[in-house]
Amino acid sequence: MTKKDRALVIALLLLCVVLIVTPVLALRGADFGGSDDAGSEKVAEITGEAYEPWTTPVLEQLLGGELPGELESLLFCVQTGVGVGVIAFFLGRFVERKKQENARGAQKEP
Amino acid sequence: MHIMEGFLPPSMCILWGVIALPFLLAGYFSLKKAVARDRRAVTLIAMAGAFIFVISSLKIPSVTGSCSHMTGTGLGAILFGPSAVSILGVIVLLFQAILLAHGGLTTLGANTFSMAVAGPFVSFGIYRLCLRCKVNKKASVFLAAALGDLVTYCVTSVQLAVAYPSATGGVTGSLVEFLGVFAPTQLPLAVLEGVLTVIIMIALEAYAQPELRAVGFEEAGI
Repeated sequence: MTKKDRALVIALLLLCVVLIVTPVLALRGADFGGSDDAGSEKVAEITGEAYEPWTTPVLEQLLGGELPGELESLLFCVQTGVGVGVIAFFLGRFVERKKQENARGAQKEP
Repeated sequence: MHIMEGFLPPSMCILWGVIALPFLLAGYFSLKKAVARDRRAVTLIAMAGAFIFVISSLKIPSVTGSCSHMTGTGLGAILFGPSAVSILGVIVLLFQAILLAHGGLTTLGANTFSMAVAGPFVSFGIYRLCLRCKVNKKASVFLAAALGDLVTYCVTSVQLAVAYPSATGGVTGSLVEFLGVFAPTQLPLAVLEGVLTVIIMIALEAYAQPELRAVGFEEAGI
């Protein structure tokens, strides 16, 4: 990775943090609910009555109720973890491979 | 944003399922072809899938005071073309529909169409268009990912609007309503998705040249 790219990546990561933190600081007291719920509310608003979904998620049928919040966050973490694991594993291999290729190239030269 | 379980009338569920199905089939064959061409494509396919996993699991606060999440499908669309991503997208949607009660099995067709078909196709199209117009590559990646994300939510709005036309304004009326809910929330997140996709592309370009060549990314005029 060139120096210029490295600087750009750091700048972009900082930008990400700013993008995420700004709304939280700017809108203190907002509840930051899911937009899925906002969408459902809109459906109710347009149809003029609380919409009754005609079926419920499989897991809720199995459990006979909603998934507890802590377990939901656990599953979300599992999803993130699996993804990050795969990306980090391969990227780590790529970085190390490049390093070795460069070292081999440097050995041959003199 | 996914349309939640049971929130579309059955006829709509079937309709969107039928529309999404051919894309999934094309995606299956496209992935198979990529792997047959060069086994090393598997690594990048796994990474693009993992990227969707990570990105779509993060609920990000937005300027409207509500949270939403990104799609992450832009990266895969740029690397493998749009139809291949539909398979990766549907895996994530199934995971979330079954385990997280996020989205749903009945609305799977509609959600697949918005997130795993429409978004990636727009990403891919914009990326190609930008390259043809000699736009800087990083800017092209950014635009493709960000606009693909945004389009996903616009399509969701259309799907909801068609299912729930408002009494006064009809489909257009409720489309405006739904877009009003989703678009402002999603705009900053689309920017974020664009930025994250650029970051991962920089990393791949620096360290994964052999794999990028294996999926034909280099030949595509990069």
